[in-house]
This record gives sequence, structure tokens and C-alpha cells, in this order.
Amino acid sequence: MSTTALIDDPKVNPTFYLAEKDHHDHGHEATGGGTILGFWIYLMSDALIFATLFATYGVLSTNFAGGPTPHEIFELPLVALNTAILLVSSITYGFAMIAMQEGRLGGVRLWLVATGLLGAAFVGIELYEFGNLIAEGATPQRSAFLSAFFTLVATHGLHVSFGILWIGVMLVQLAQRGLHVENQRRLMCLSMFWHFLDVVWIGVFTFVYLLGVLR
Amino acid sequence: MNQAPSADPAHSHGDTHGHAFSRRSYLLGFLLSVVLTAIPFWLVMTGRFDATTTAIVIVGLAFVQILVHTYFFLHVNTHAEGGWTLMAYLFAAVIALIMIAGSLWIMYHLNANMMPMSVEPGT
Repeated sequence: MSTTALIDDPKVNPTFYLAEKDHHDHGHEATGGGTILGFWIYLMSDALIFATLFATYGVLSTNFAGGPTPHEIFELPLVALNTAILLVSSITYGFAMIAMQEGRLGGVRLWLVATGLLGAAFVGIELYEFGNLIAEGATPQRSAFLSAFFTLVATHGLHVSFGILWIGVMLVQLAQRGLHVENQRRLMCLSMFWHFLDVVWIGVFTFVYLLGVLR
Repeated sequence: MNQAPSADPAHSHGDTHGHAFSRRSYLLGFLLSVVLTAIPFWLVMTGRFDATTTAIVIVGLAFVQILVHTYFFLHVNTHAEGGWTLMAYLFAAVIALIMIAGSLWIMYHLNANMMPMSVEPGT
């Protein structure tokens, strides 16, 4: 066919995009093809939600209304512990992906359970921190700073909670069907979701907690 | 637990197109992010340097760590998904920066100009 010859010849018809390595057309319909990219674009729109919350926090972060300041209420050792937990949960999810690649179902399930437990510990410590703050009178209603703080950090915590729910659903699906192509695609989407939340947390611990205490 | 994976081997190469998950790359990314997390916490908790220096260093390290996570954990690079994840990432980054920097800039000036002026004598 002359049309394929025309497309394949880079001199006649140069490509202005990066050709994908190891591009195989077959199997794309089974693996979703566009699903990974589509999910990625969802994550980018989610990133913009967090960007607006970060901007809100940035604008309101000094509006204490005579209430508590970050220096008085943030406990950095607790935040450091939470950061470490989330970071370790990233690598445990990474191990789940490696196990998936090697076709080891038991390994995938083991690492998913580890990731889910670490995520639950993260949410638990965050709720403990929120409980302490509220007991001290540092409630979301106290000042604009605290409203913005609770909105930003709790939105992240809510995302982590849904990630844990998703891990639970994946464990059920893996138990029922094993590592078939659809489950592998779902695991890859969940991987992006989980690692994305860790990226958001970098912004939270740097701009909210560390810079807050410095100020 | 030892149930044989039901994945069709003929399809397995298609699942990871553009994504190379290697233990090495995950561990390297993890090591880098541990260092990039530990330094900011250490700087702030010990108060080793003055506040301005510390702030500049920790913000710089946060951006480096975000890039480390993006590359090693999210596998964003020029050939994943034909480069489109990278394009979407850069677009979102530009919008996020405009939104955050723009809001801070506008609201800072708004605050500064809305401050009660000193009352001029005799007026």
C-alpha cells in the first residue's frame, strides 16, 4: 500500500512527536490503551484542585485572627513520622508493581496489604493530630488560617482514604480473577494515584508544616 | 496464594509499554526521596541556619523531590504514552504555578494596599 509507505518513510512524512518505544498495536484494546493516559489526565486535574487549595492556604496562612499560629500547634515529630510512613508506602507499592510485572500474585497481594496498612496508619495519625488540634481549640472555625489548613490537609487525607478503599477492592478482584490484563491495568492506575498522593504530600509537609513552623 | 497468574503471556509485553519497572529504579528513587525528606526536617527541627536560608533550601529540595517522584515512581518520561503524560504534566505544572504564584502576588498587594494608612495630621 502506498499510504503505509508514505507514513513509514520519515523523509517523506516526518513525525513531529516522539515515537513510542516498542509500540505494539495488538493488545492495546485489552490493556485499555487510552486508559492510562486518561487516568493521568484525571490526576492532573486533581493536581489543579490541590493547586487551588495550596493557593488558598498561601493567601490565608497568616490570617490568625488572634488564634493559634503554626509554630504553636504543629508537632513536627508527628509530621515527620507521617511523612516517613507515606514514603515507605510508596516503595511498598513499587514492590507490588514489580511483583505484578514478574507475574507473582502472592507478592502483589502481600505488598498491597503492606501499602494499605501503611496508608491506614497515615490516616490514623492524621486523625489523631486533627483530634489534638480540635481539643486545643484550634478548630477550622477558629481562623482563616485553620480553615485553609484543615481543607488542604483533609482533602489529601480523604484522597488517601479512597486509595485505601481502592486497595481493598483490588485485593478482592485479585482474589477472584488473579493477575489478568484488566487487573494489571487497574493496578497501574492505582499506582499512579498512590504515588501522586505522595507528591502532593511533599508540597504539604514543605509549604504547610515546615515553612509554617519557620515563619 | 500460589495460584498461577492467569495473565496471558502473549499480552504481557503490551501491558508495560513505555513503562520499565525495575527494582533498581524504585530503590534509587526511594533512597533519593529519603535523603530529600530528611534534610528539610533536620534543617527545620534543629534550626541550624537562619530562617531565610532554611526556607530557600527546603523549597528547592521539595521541587527536586517532586521531580524525583515524578520520574522514578510515576514513570513520566519522554516516551511513556507517546510523550503525552509528560505534556499533560507540564501543562498542569504551568497552570498550577500561574494559579499559586498569581494568587499570592495579587493578594499580597491587595493586603498591602488595604492596610490602614497613617492618619495625616490636620485632616
